[in-house]
Amino acid sequence: MIHMNANWRGTYTLFKKEVLRFWRVAFQTIASPVLTALLYLLIFSHVLAGHVKVYDDVAYTAFLIPGLIMMSLLQNAFANSSSSLIQSKVMGNIVFILLTPLTPVQFYVALLGAAVLRGLFVGLAIYFVAIWFVSLPIVHLGWIFTFALLGSALLGTFGIIAGIWADKFDQMAAFQNFVIMPLTFLSGVFYSIHSLPVFWQGVSHFNPFFYMIDGFRYGFFGKGDVSPWFSLSVVCGFLFVLACLCLKMLKSGYKLRT
Amino acid sequence: MTQPAITINAVHKKFGALHALKGIDLTIEQGEFFALLGPNGAGKSTVINLLAGLIKPSAGHLSVLGHDVNADYQQARRLLGVVPQELVFDPFFNVREMLRFQAGYFGRGRENDAWVDEILEGLGLTDKAYTNMRRLSGGMKRRALIAQALAHKPPVIVLDEPTAGVDVELRQMLWGFIKQLNSEGHTIILTTHYLEEAETLCKRIAMMKQGEIVALDTTANLLRQFAGKNLTLQLASTQLPASLIPMVKTSGGSTVTFAIAEPREIEWVLSELRVANISVEDIQLKEADLEEVFLSLVGTAPVHSNSQVAA
Repeated sequence: MIHMNANWRGTYTLFKKEVLRFWRVAFQTIASPVLTALLYLLIFSHVLAGHVKVYDDVAYTAFLIPGLIMMSLLQNAFANSSSSLIQSKVMGNIVFILLTPLTPVQFYVALLGAAVLRGLFVGLAIYFVAIWFVSLPIVHLGWIFTFALLGSALLGTFGIIAGIWADKFDQMAAFQNFVIMPLTFLSGVFYSIHSLPVFWQGVSHFNPFFYMIDGFRYGFFGKGDVSPWFSLSVVCGFLFVLACLCLKMLKSGYKLRT
Repeated sequence: MTQPAITINAVHKKFGALHALKGIDLTIEQGEFFALLGPNGAGKSTVINLLAGLIKPSAGHLSVLGHDVNADYQQARRLLGVVPQELVFDPFFNVREMLRFQAGYFGRGRENDAWVDEILEGLGLTDKAYTNMRRLSGGMKRRALIAQALAHKPPVIVLDEPTAGVDVELRQMLWGFIKQLNSEGHTIILTTHYLEEAETLCKRIAMMKQGEIVALDTTANLLRQFAGKNLTLQLASTQLPASLIPMVKTSGGSTVTFAIAEPREIEWVLSELRVANISVEDIQLKEADLEEVFLSLVGTAPVHSNSQVAA
């Protein structure tokens, strides 16, 4: 029982440290992505409103907001765990964590928890700022919350994997710019995939980010490109595979304990 | 029966083609103040990294107070505090926060604050408790690094070159505090390039060379066996009798130092000088130091530098 408490406290401590790490620089980690998302909203809604009709009864600006929230949430969940790990590795202070009795699962849970929290903070902040400008319905709050949580968990896990794998900041930047950014931009943030040619619609179905955004958007409008249950199963499946891979890397000590 | 603080059994470590440790066996008892010495690349840091679980052995077993560092790593790590060689720090937090976090990872909460205060005071960090790690000077960062290893009050403490590049004042403060911890029952294992530190502080020493332990004994025995005494004479002539030349250790003008293995050799040196009609103007007899043991066993001079090369 003593060990249980000690373990819980160790996990909580690492989680708290990771949260404080991004909270201390909230201007960069929360305010900046919110501003970026609002600029997207301003520009795209101004340029495309009236030109693009996605759903009959949904204005394009309203359609855009859930996509932008989810995109920022995913990118920030990834950025949190990946940047924390790569910084600790490059600066060498990861040794302070490696010397502790924390198990791979505890390490994973603590880093993931902080990544999810940052993703949700950013998402909520964008939502609360955006609804000042645009009326946004909420049809299924449960779906919104489920996809926000699973999406940030999936990208938080992805961030841990990338953070363990990358040895240098430029490898991490490459990962972010050549994998994460294209997958988010090509996932239906700015459009419905039904507006794409058939070939690209097919390609989009292989992008897990599409299901996170579509399921999340379903919660707001009650309609999406695919069934939210199907999106849920795809996202859960990806999360399970990535979590297993991440834990396997942590257990084997890949690139952390040689 | 009390468990040894550290047990190392037939440990090998290979890094690709490099055979860094070639079957190390070592037992360190509880309460010892132990030194692990050797030139750069001898394998000292590899031993420490294996104990800390930062790397995995290619073969063999290591345990801390009876807990295997791999099979029972959680318990082994709770009992071990390691001061890394590199001066690393987390730039986001102040000293007290870092110590609280470090203790927290080991399951310790606010009840540990009194101990954290004790560490801060012992290492002269009380004034800097709320200073961000980035703003600390090099010496202060080194103290904070040591404090972090002690935050969870481990019974076994490993210090990997804790005084590399550190000024005299800090060294004295550090050793005062570490000696106090040792007198309270903590086992201390130390690697250092400053051999006089090991000689003064440590009761037992292991010397390593190219991944092997080449000597393991009490400091006193090592000095007796490998170093002997130094007889320094100020002579009236610089022309020594041929019989004495093999015993000369150093010579500078009329001052000559002879290596003396046994006390009766002193009498013999003096009698040879008398026969050669060379008068002795001054005489000095000194115990040899650990540096000479090191030289005789390892064959290279210790590097008095702030080297960060992991052995």
